[in-house]
Amino acid sequence: MTPDTILPMIFGRIGLDSLPFVPAILNPSTSEFIAAGAAGVVFLGAFIVLGVVTWFGWWGPLWRDWLTSTDHKRIGIMYIVLALVMMARGVIEGALMRVQQGVGLDGGFLSDGHFSELFSTHGTIMIFFVAMPFISGVINYVMPLQIGARDVSFPVLNQISLALTAVGAALIMISLILGKFSTGGWPAYPPYTGLAFNPGPGPDYWIWSVGIAGLGSTLSGINFAVTIYKERAPGMTLFRMPLFTWTVLCTAIIMVFAMPPLTVATATLALDRYLDFHFYTNDLGGNMMNYVNLFWLFGHPEVYLLILPAYGIFSEVIATYSGKRLYGYMSLVVATMSISVLSFTVWLHHFFTMGQSANVNIAFGIASMFIAVPTGVKVYDWMATMYRGRIRFSVPMVYATGFLMLFVIGGLTGVMLANPTISFQVHNTLFLVAHFHNVIIPGVLFGLLAGYHYWFPKAFGFRLNTRWGYITAVLWIVGFCVTFFPLYVLGLMGMPRRSVSFTDPSFEPLTLIAMGGAMLVLMALSSLMIQLWISVRDRATAQVPLGDPWNGRTLEWSIPSPPPEYNFAVIPQVWSRDAFAADKEAGIAYQEPETYDAIAVPSNTSIGMVVCIGGVLLGLGMVWYMWWLAAVSFLGIVGAFIVRSFQTDTHRIIPAAQVARDHRVWLAQIAASPEVTRAQECSPANRGRAMNERPEPSL
Amino acid sequence: MTQFERKHPGLNLGSHHGAAHDQAEALVFGFWVFLMSDLIIFGLMFATYITMQGPMAEAGGPGPAQLYDLRSAWIQTLLLLTSSLTFGLASLAMRHKHGVAPVVVPLVVTLGLGLTFLGFELHDFQGMLAQGAGPGRSGFLSAFFGLVPLHGLHVTAGCIWLMVMLAQIAVFGLSDMVKLRLLRLGLFWHFLDIIWIGIFSIVYLAGLTG
Repeated sequence: MTPDTILPMIFGRIGLDSLPFVPAILNPSTSEFIAAGAAGVVFLGAFIVLGVVTWFGWWGPLWRDWLTSTDHKRIGIMYIVLALVMMARGVIEGALMRVQQGVGLDGGFLSDGHFSELFSTHGTIMIFFVAMPFISGVINYVMPLQIGARDVSFPVLNQISLALTAVGAALIMISLILGKFSTGGWPAYPPYTGLAFNPGPGPDYWIWSVGIAGLGSTLSGINFAVTIYKERAPGMTLFRMPLFTWTVLCTAIIMVFAMPPLTVATATLALDRYLDFHFYTNDLGGNMMNYVNLFWLFGHPEVYLLILPAYGIFSEVIATYSGKRLYGYMSLVVATMSISVLSFTVWLHHFFTMGQSANVNIAFGIASMFIAVPTGVKVYDWMATMYRGRIRFSVPMVYATGFLMLFVIGGLTGVMLANPTISFQVHNTLFLVAHFHNVIIPGVLFGLLAGYHYWFPKAFGFRLNTRWGYITAVLWIVGFCVTFFPLYVLGLMGMPRRSVSFTDPSFEPLTLIAMGGAMLVLMALSSLMIQLWISVRDRATAQVPLGDPWNGRTLEWSIPSPPPEYNFAVIPQVWSRDAFAADKEAGIAYQEPETYDAIAVPSNTSIGMVVCIGGVLLGLGMVWYMWWLAAVSFLGIVGAFIVRSFQTDTHRIIPAAQVARDHRVWLAQIAASPEVTRAQECSPANRGRAMNERPEPSL
Repeated sequence: MTQFERKHPGLNLGSHHGAAHDQAEALVFGFWVFLMSDLIIFGLMFATYITMQGPMAEAGGPGPAQLYDLRSAWIQTLLLLTSSLTFGLASLAMRHKHGVAPVVVPLVVTLGLGLTFLGFELHDFQGMLAQGAGPGRSGFLSAFFGLVPLHGLHVTAGCIWLMVMLAQIAVFGLSDMVKLRLLRLGLFWHFLDIIWIGIFSIVYLAGLTG
C-alpha cells in the first residue's frame, strides 16, 4: 500500500484545499478573504470559549450542572444559548447579503458561489438552528411549569433531542472551516443538489445537519405532546391550560407528523448521492417533483410549527400586561387547532409554477387563504384583550405591538401570494423574500424575544435591563421595516431573489435602503447582547427571587425564581383557568401544605453527550467519505444505548425535609415582603411579589 | 378476569402488576405517538413507490413481473405473521403467568422467525442484485429499495432489541423495567407486521396483478 491509497482511506476526500485559508492564499479575492475570515472567527470563538472555560475551571460545573443534566429547565436554557449563538451568524450573513445587493449593480464583492452559500446557510440556520431551538428552548422551560409538572415525560429523551439539534448546528459551523456548505438554498432541491451537478461535500453537509437535527425535533415533539397529555397537575383540564401550552400542544402534534417528511426527503436525497439511487435524478426514471412535495409537506407545517408558540407567547404577554384574562380563550384554542390542521393542506402553494393543473392550484390557493381566517380571529382576540385592560407598555408589549401591526401586513401579502395568478407574477422575486421575512421576523422572532424578556426573570432570578430592552425592540422593529419593505417594491419591479448582482440601475436606491436597514438589524443584534451584558452586570438591583415580578396569571409564576430543580414543592391543585391569578384573587396563593413528600428526580446522564459527539463524528465521516469514522461512531452510539439500557438506577431522591426547608424559607420571604404596585414594576423594589391589581371595573 | 383501569391502548399489564402498570401510561402512550410518526415515514415511502411505477420510472429496466417472487414473499408473510402470534403469546404470558420460561420461550421463537424472515428477504434482494436490478438501475427500483429494505431495517432493529431484552430478562428477571420495555417492543413488532401486510399487498400482490 502506498500513501496514495492509505490517506483517502483515513481522511476520505478531505484535502488541503478543503481549508478555506488555502484558497484565500492561492486565489486572493474579497470573497475568499471573507470566507477565510469567517473560518478564523469560528476558530477564534471556539478557542476563546475553551480558554475561558479552562481558565475559570468551569469544566466540572459545566459537565455536572449542564451537559449531563436532564432537568428540562437547564435543557431549555441550553437550547436558547445555542439559538442565540447561531442567530449571531445568521444575522451577520443576512446583513452581508444585503450589503452585497446594496453594491451589487454590475458586480459587488462576493463571488456568485459564495453568495449562494450565504443564502443557503442563512436560511438553513435561521429555520433549523435559530427558530427551532429557540422555540424548543422556551417550550422546554415554560410548558412543564405552566401545567404544574416536575419535568417532561421523558427527560433523557429530551437531552438526546438537544444533542441531535446541537449536532446539526455543529456540522453547519464546521462547514465554515472544512470545505463548503451547499449552494442549493435551504430547501436543497434536486437535481441541482444531486451528485451529477454537485459532487462536492456541500449538499452532504446540508443533508446530515438538517436530517440529524430533524430527528431531534421529531423526538421533542413526541416528548412535548406526551408531557401535555399525561403530566398535567390535578384539576388542569385541557380547557384550563394556559394558551401557550395549547399552542405547544398543536406545535408538538405538527412536529410528530411534519418532521417525518423531512426525514424522508433528506434520507432519499442521501440515498441518491451515496448509493446511486434514482429518486430524483434526471436520468433513469427519477422524479424530482417527489422531492419538492416531500420537502414542503414538511416545510409548510414547519412555519406554523414556528409561529404557533409565538402566538402563545403573545397571548400570555398581552394578557399579563393588560392585567386581564385573555379575551376569547375558546376561540383562540379553536383557531390554533384549525391552523394546525390547515397547515397540512397548503404545501403546494410553495410551487404553484411547477406544472400542476390550474384546478389543483386553485384548491391549494383557497386552502391557503383559509388560514387567514383563524389568524384574523386571533388578532382580534389580542386586541380585545387589551381593550379596557390596564396596559403597561413593557418591553414585551412593544414587541407585541410591533407584531400586531407588522404581522398583519405580512399575512395580507401571504393572502396575495396564495392567489396562483399573483404567485405566477411574483414568485422567485424579492416580493416573496419580503413576505416570509415579514411573517417570520415580526411573528416568530418578536414573539421569542418577547418571551425571552418575559420569562428571563423566572429562569435567572433577575430582570433584564428595561432601557436597553426598549432600545433593542425599537431597533428590531425599525430595522425590520427599513430592510424588508423595500424588498416588496423591488420584487414587484421584477428583481429576482437570490441574485448576487443586477444590471438594472433602478433597483439600486432601494437595495441601498435595504442595506441601511440591515445595519439597523445588526445594531439590534448588538443591542440585544449589550442588554444581556448590562443586565448581568447590574443584576443586584433587579433581583426577583420571590418569583412573580409581572403579576403573572399562570402557574410558572407561583414558584421561586429560579425554580428549584423539582419545580413545585407540592404539585398544585388547579381550580380554574389562569390558575395562579385565581389563587391570588381568592387569597389562597402561597400556602404552606400540610405535608411534604420526597421527590424523585432523574439523575444526570452522559448519554446525550455521547450522542452529540458521536453524531458530529458520524456526520463528518459521512460528509467526507471517512467510512471507518462513520461506522465507528454509529456503532459507538448504538452500543452506548445498549449499555445504558442495563442501568437500573436512574433516579435520585430529594428528601422531604429538604423540600420542606427550602419551601418554608421562600414562604417566609414572601410573607415578609411588601407587595409592589405596577408603577414600581421596573424598580429595584420589585423583588417578585407583584400586587394583584385588577383592571378598572367597566362602567 | 379482574377489572382494572386501562392506562393506554393495547394490551395493559393490569393492576396486579402494581407500579409497572402505573408507569406504563406515559411510556406506552409515548411509544404509540412514536409509532404514528414512524408510520408517516412508511406512508411517504409507500406514496413514493406508488408514484414511481410504469415505464417512465422503470426506465427500460425490469419491472415487477420480472423481479418479484410471490412464493418467497408469501413465505416471508407467514413467518412474520407467525412471529407476531408468538410475541402475542409472550405478552399474554407476561401478563397472566408467573415465571420467566412462558415469556422467554415464545420470545426466542419470535426471534428465530424474525431472523428467518430477514434471511429470506436478503436472499430475494441478492437475487435481484444478481440480475442487475439494484437501486441504481431505475427510479422504480430505487423506490422499491427505499421501501422494502426500510421495513427490513426495522425488523433488524427489532431483532437486536429482542436480543437485548432476552439478555435483560437473564440479568434482571421480569422486573418492572423489563416488562415495560417488552410492552413497547410488542407494539413495535406488531406494527412491523402491519407494515408488511401493506408491502405484501401494495408491492407484491398489486405488482404482480397489475
